[in-house]
Amino acid sequence: MSFSMLRSRGLRAAARSAGVKPVRSTLPAMRFLQTDADKSSPAESLPDAGDKPFTVALHGESFHSYRCDAPSNEISITKDELVQMYTTMVKMRRMEQAADALYKQKMIRGFCHLAIGQEAVSVGMEHAIDGDDRVITSYRCHTFAVLRGGTVKGVIAELMGRVDGMSYGKGGSMHIFTPSFFGGNGIVGAQVPVGAGIALAQKYLKKKSATFALYGDGASNQGQVFESYNMAKLWNLPCVFVCENNKYGMGTSAERSSMNTDFFTRGDKIPGLQVNGMDILAVKKATAWAKEWVTSGKGPLVVEFVTYRYGGHSMSDPGTTYRTRDEVQQMRSEKDAIAGLKRYILEWGVTDEASLKAIDKNAKEEVDVAVEEAKKSPFPDVKTFWTDIYYKGTEPPMMRGREKEEFHVYHKN
Amino acid sequence: MASRAVSKVLRPATVSARALSSSSTTSSAASKLVGRNALLTTPLARVSRSEPKWLVGAEQRRLASSDEGAQQMTVREALNSAMEEEMNRDETVFVMGEEVARYNGAYKITKGLLDKFGEDRVIDTPITESGFAGMAVGAALAGLRPVCEFMTWNFAMQAIDQIVNSGGKTYYMSGGNVPCPVTFRGPNGAAAGVAAQHSQDYSAWYGSVPGLKVISPWSAADCRGLLKAAIRDPNPVCFLENELLYGVSFPVTKEELSEDFLLPIGKAKVEKEGSDVTVVTHSKMVTHSLEAAELLEKNEGIKVEVINLRSIRPLDIDTIIKSVKKTNHLVTVEGGFPAFGVGSEIIAQICESPAFDFLDAPPERVTGADVPTPYSESLEHMAFPDTDIIAKVLKRHLYRQ
Repeated sequence: MSFSMLRSRGLRAAARSAGVKPVRSTLPAMRFLQTDADKSSPAESLPDAGDKPFTVALHGESFHSYRCDAPSNEISITKDELVQMYTTMVKMRRMEQAADALYKQKMIRGFCHLAIGQEAVSVGMEHAIDGDDRVITSYRCHTFAVLRGGTVKGVIAELMGRVDGMSYGKGGSMHIFTPSFFGGNGIVGAQVPVGAGIALAQKYLKKKSATFALYGDGASNQGQVFESYNMAKLWNLPCVFVCENNKYGMGTSAERSSMNTDFFTRGDKIPGLQVNGMDILAVKKATAWAKEWVTSGKGPLVVEFVTYRYGGHSMSDPGTTYRTRDEVQQMRSEKDAIAGLKRYILEWGVTDEASLKAIDKNAKEEVDVAVEEAKKSPFPDVKTFWTDIYYKGTEPPMMRGREKEEFHVYHKN
Repeated sequence: MASRAVSKVLRPATVSARALSSSSTTSSAASKLVGRNALLTTPLARVSRSEPKWLVGAEQRRLASSDEGAQQMTVREALNSAMEEEMNRDETVFVMGEEVARYNGAYKITKGLLDKFGEDRVIDTPITESGFAGMAVGAALAGLRPVCEFMTWNFAMQAIDQIVNSGGKTYYMSGGNVPCPVTFRGPNGAAAGVAAQHSQDYSAWYGSVPGLKVISPWSAADCRGLLKAAIRDPNPVCFLENELLYGVSFPVTKEELSEDFLLPIGKAKVEKEGSDVTVVTHSKMVTHSLEAAELLEKNEGIKVEVINLRSIRPLDIDTIIKSVKKTNHLVTVEGGFPAFGVGSEIIAQICESPAFDFLDAPPERVTGADVPTPYSESLEHMAFPDTDIIAKVLKRHLYRQ
């Protein structure tokens, strides 16, 4: 078995060439796509300057394409950007872990869906798009809300229902918005047609921006998703449909919910790309490629990021009744996106262990400070119960509360 | 002016387009895009109506009007002209729905719009209500003003999650960060002979959702003023028309034909003043209520006050209270199912209000029957109120059987 073939083309190809039957994967899904977070390697020696770009070769199995040519396996990156990505991913993980702890302390109520393990997708995407691009996703939205112009304090405060929350405490975990981020949506799959509508608006207003409409493997079978595919392709909308495939829709594995688990092929005539969602460089490359595709008038795309969540579906789900602890442990120890990026940074000599430890410490402190500030934020005043039902200034004269003497007057008739 | 008054082709929109192009050269250079904030300060036209000379009946009958400059206009033309004017005024307004473009509209409401505005602004959608209603919401969140047509509101049940959850609640859940200025419109309630799945009235369903505005117009002027107001309104609006009214003509005044004619959403109109009983109604039932009122006045000397709700939400309870205090009697008339309906809500609100003490009899409802609408004509007529049953109920209500 040749080691170079193993490194560049993966275990299966190398095993095949040596005539050896490949070892069956311990993961429940048969994945031909490479899903390790650390299999990319630099194609040239790294420059000294932190902002000078160098080329990295992604693993050959990072992309599988459908009805199109996959992007090349090369990405241009700088040392500074690698460190940036690491900083952001660590901060996002810290924030989600803080939310986990706050939920257990009962300071967060209701729904809380955490994206621990899926950081490479949100951070990698953000590094390939700009403030004019639009993103919409489901309820697993905290990291996107911060990355798209929000703040950690704003998200944590919103989860705790405080006035300093990004929706002033009125929306909660699933309804956080920024000018380029349309939530945070509670109804599974409903965000996909809304995302296609946002893309329609971008095209109508002649903007050169892409819209990313995200959904999960669980939502991928929704009828409205296919209705959106149809209209987006029909009208050539600049919409990238992104399936964040973390292999489980709540407690149901993808194999048990979907007759076709190649989610990147579900767009019928829409070209698709399946991407290793654990390697942040692959995510960035694929996102940049997708943005270029849809904004150059080629129509929509379906991009599937194969990723994994360590936690349960939400805080009320331990996440171990439908998958083994071993599986979760294996993913955490072997395929973790942050560990993978850390490996790149250390092995390629981008920076040293001490700096990374400092970044870790910094991120923890930053999040802790944000949590403390959020805790100090007051609960919303009763007045805000009545605001924003209708657009300010267009309210009816009054709105009713629980009984006839409980009502709010907006203006005299 | 005189030549326009007798013109058979009622295209007030084209008239005003000519006026627009000739008189507003100063504003033509400025961007036609109207910012959302600007719209909030648009004044609402207070129109003083002369005695209403309404026409009833499904056939189009033209009545010579003695008013100077008064014209006839069908509800269809009213809706068409309203949409055209709003699309001229604001470049972000566009229309989408099944058959709205090349077919000129399943009920011809969007006739001519494709020719005037092109396929970018008048969009034929596939038969995928859930998808395109969601897209209308998304386009609204992203800064446009879509007018999303449902071929009938029955089909909108496929899209009701997008209307209520994605559209109606987003502004509140975002703490006021994300408005949704979408307008959903289409025919609602009874048609003729289309049976159970195509005849339901959804006023009560959408009327129960805070965050939506729900309009149920009657006359051509209602349709013009309220559709224009709905499109300009920065909230999600459900505009419930009625197919049987599309071909009915109503007189319209010059003010009602003007480009900036708006009616306030949430204000009812007293169509006929009376002193003996208040009839609160909406949409096609206004026609039947007025007919019944005329009959009773002629035959029994009963003076019925007919209130045209115009809006289901916000509901103009103050006008109803004022009327009930005057007449001491309340009967509601609607086409929807009786259970948990618009009439039930009105009566509940009246009972909770000071007007209760003025009632001389328990308030009553006249509604559609609690039956899935049958097909055969002999049965269908029992599914919806008509003039005779309204008159009968009013007489009985006043103990004058």
